[in-house]
Amino acid sequence: MTTVDGPVLPKLIGERVKRREDPRLIQGQATYVDDIKLPGMLHLAFKRSDIAHGIIQSIDTSAAEAMEGVELVITGAELAEHLGPMPIGTPFPAPDHYSVATDRVRYVGEPVAVVVAEDRYLARDAADAIEVEYEELPAVVDPEAAMEPGSTTLHEGFERNIAVESYWGGTGVNPETAQPEDDSAVDAAFAEADVVVTQRMLNQRLAPNAMEPRGVVAHYEPGREYLTVWSATQNPHILRTLVAALMGLGEHQVRAVAPEVGGGFGCKINIYGEEYAAAALSRLVKAPVKWIEDRTEAFLTTTHGRDLLGYIDLAAKSDGTITGLKARIIADIGAYEVLLTAMIPTLTGLMMNGVYRLPVVRHELTEVFTNKTPTDAYRGAGRPEGLYFLERAVDMLARELDMDPGEIRRKNFVPADEFPFATQGGLVYDSGNYEPCLDKALEVADWQGLLAERDAARAEGRIVGVGLAFYVEVCGLGPSAVVPTGGWEHSGVTVERGGKVTATTGASPHGQGNETTFAQMLADHFSIPLEDITILHGDTSVVKQGIGTFGSRSQAVGGAALISAAGKAGDKMKQFAAALMTDQEVSPEDLVFEDGRIQVEGAPEVSKTFAEVADFAYVPVPLPPGMEPGISEEAFFEPENNTYPFGCHISMVEMDRETGETKLLKLIAVDDCGNVINPLIVEGQVHGGLAQGIGQAMFEEVVYDEDGQPVTASFMDYVMPRAADLPTFELDRTVTTTPINPLGAKGVGEAGTIGSTPCVVNAAVDALSPFGVTHIEMPLRPERVWRLIQENGGQS
Amino acid sequence: MSEPVPITINVNGRRRSAMVEARLLLVHYLRENLNLTGTHVGCDTSQCGACTVLLDGRSTKSCTVFAVLADGSEVQTIEGLADGDELHPLQDGFWEEHGLQCGYCTPGMIMSAANLLQENPSPSEDEIREGISGNLCRCTGYQHIVNAIQHAAERMAQS
Repeated sequence: MTTVDGPVLPKLIGERVKRREDPRLIQGQATYVDDIKLPGMLHLAFKRSDIAHGIIQSIDTSAAEAMEGVELVITGAELAEHLGPMPIGTPFPAPDHYSVATDRVRYVGEPVAVVVAEDRYLARDAADAIEVEYEELPAVVDPEAAMEPGSTTLHEGFERNIAVESYWGGTGVNPETAQPEDDSAVDAAFAEADVVVTQRMLNQRLAPNAMEPRGVVAHYEPGREYLTVWSATQNPHILRTLVAALMGLGEHQVRAVAPEVGGGFGCKINIYGEEYAAAALSRLVKAPVKWIEDRTEAFLTTTHGRDLLGYIDLAAKSDGTITGLKARIIADIGAYEVLLTAMIPTLTGLMMNGVYRLPVVRHELTEVFTNKTPTDAYRGAGRPEGLYFLERAVDMLARELDMDPGEIRRKNFVPADEFPFATQGGLVYDSGNYEPCLDKALEVADWQGLLAERDAARAEGRIVGVGLAFYVEVCGLGPSAVVPTGGWEHSGVTVERGGKVTATTGASPHGQGNETTFAQMLADHFSIPLEDITILHGDTSVVKQGIGTFGSRSQAVGGAALISAAGKAGDKMKQFAAALMTDQEVSPEDLVFEDGRIQVEGAPEVSKTFAEVADFAYVPVPLPPGMEPGISEEAFFEPENNTYPFGCHISMVEMDRETGETKLLKLIAVDDCGNVINPLIVEGQVHGGLAQGIGQAMFEEVVYDEDGQPVTASFMDYVMPRAADLPTFELDRTVTTTPINPLGAKGVGEAGTIGSTPCVVNAAVDALSPFGVTHIEMPLRPERVWRLIQENGGQS
Repeated sequence: MSEPVPITINVNGRRRSAMVEARLLLVHYLRENLNLTGTHVGCDTSQCGACTVLLDGRSTKSCTVFAVLADGSEVQTIEGLADGDELHPLQDGFWEEHGLQCGYCTPGMIMSAANLLQENPSPSEDEIREGISGNLCRCTGYQHIVNAIQHAAERMAQS
């Protein structure tokens, strides 16, 4: 075969390419929102409610207004003249909710007034000088009590504080009528069951705690009638849409920018009152304004996650075959519905099918208002809750029947030849092959060895347990039919003069490494060096359209849009290349990209360099017939379905008999997220997810007292995993591709969070089972563990 | 409000003088007055370590130190860690081992690790995990951070 001079470029998809984002981040050169300074910029501080529930009687702003350097002090009622109630993104009924409370406060931290001042310290001083008087109302804290007749209601028109009620059951939802089919089958299944396990479980409230708090800079330019908003957001295009709507502007008058964003985990999807208020106040005071959240404000006002109470019943035959599931779930959604609040718990029931064939299901969901911070997505968003309930129940069933936790799962798996598989809830799992994943996890963990190790430890009087959980989750959100914002993603690919490539993506990353993985894909697509590619994101004036990053969609949806746009740009490159090679009678269909050249397949001597063709595209003399100059293409990708990655997590824990402290000794995770672009980044995503899932199992919980006062409002009180709390995770993968997108990639951002939580709690229950314990609530606080040991006489 | 106080701090090898409010936090002095925005604020209670700098060579959470208390001291921030264009072995380690995702905790994490490696040039995994337990990371689960610090320790031992 003939060769030409020049480097041979390695294929990069599937390689551990180190990240292109990192040089700026490791040298302190990145620009987060708080690093933005604009000339004449003023600072905001919010006066917030210090009670959980009350009617605002008076607000005295005189002392604040008298301070030198204070530009404006405005109450919620006054701001409401400029800003209507905040939009939500779900179809459920919702009470009005203003950026700043107008007449009544419903959770501690709800803003009641705003100060605009020259300096951040001064703004805070002035906010502290505002005096607010309230008529206090009883705080509604317990969601079950909140639903009792006669309880104090938070919102007019929402009797018994119920926001959403849904019910489906029987042998499944009839897709034609959307109605439950024959519900009596559920009662029959439980009546005929050999064994039924029943458990009330709490999937407790968590604080997402991205390390970068929220922040916003808003700059309204009256002369241009144009608003620019920089925000620590996961989805600048949604921010643009919603801020424009609330400001009475068109989207053509608003630019939203997500600069470097320091983590999101779901809590930066919502568009918050502070963002709307900043935009409106910039227009009012005719100056750029900045607001940066402090950590206590984050605990009080950034959306929380989870907080679902589940009453779970599982019916089975004595051989371990599951014959029915009943789940009654109460979601404590806090004081208001924000962007996706009401939708999140609906995912819980849908995903409670897990990896099993469930003949009959009954699912009841009630979402309840309480005087707490509103909830919304938190890593996993509905799936960790559902999989926790299910995987705990299956584990209890295994214990009841004295079956191996792996084998009871294997017995009930959806078989590989039944995919695509329609669940009782109406989902269609795209692909799956669960047994090899279970086998690999058992092998990597040396399951039998672990059991022997546990038994040996017990013989020494130690309290040791092993646990296993198998999850399936839903990723790649869309499609548009199920995502209120639209479920597509957009990408643009421009081949620049000189043969360099600039691409844009609406999947706005905040740690996911899209600048690297997307460049890897383009490098392979065009066969050009990684360094010749720039990926731009996060700025609506640069990225024409987009949805954002959530629901593990960057690769599965955003990556697919990128490949589609690259395909269009590549086709045009080939047409220009063929036009440059007319003397050789080359057809564009014969051409391929190879090592920086566009060549006839198998004949590198018949070729032009990528740069030559790019240059020709911008000075096309003569212009090939029927063509426009230049190469700048774009694509939208609308997935036809979600993707359903899965995995098996195994853990080993030990508890201290004297202190009740739990130590996680081992965690093995075998995940299947389909094809992988960059294994290094996938490992990082899994590690981080595991840590958050373990955090829920062992440490984390947002706690309110009976008056609705948060008692975990700083990192001193809210415990997150630190390095010394975690073992070295052992990871492996199986690969089951998806037909839903051309990459065969399913998504991995949330996987670790979903399997690890039930896996660790299952291990904890195993450890405590010699004491007669069949369930323990999360988190595994030492005091809770110690009590369970003591209740059983401290002896196993 | 109190009268401004004169301070002189050697920051990343440069002598910097200013008149500051007595209540100005060191982290705000670095970020707002000197535009050294690589040092971040992640909490306000000294729990997260995003604001960690070296104050007279010791890792210190700059959100709980007043700028006036650093008067006459030497401060090193993430911006001062590389040797010209050559990355510090820790920066290189974090890059090589994917020791960061969103990057927000990273400067503080690297400065804490720098202090750790000064005191213990070849730490065990457990010593690394203990050594960075004053710094929270929400993205990585710490495993790649541990690898990054091991990577740096090995490179520093070779040179």
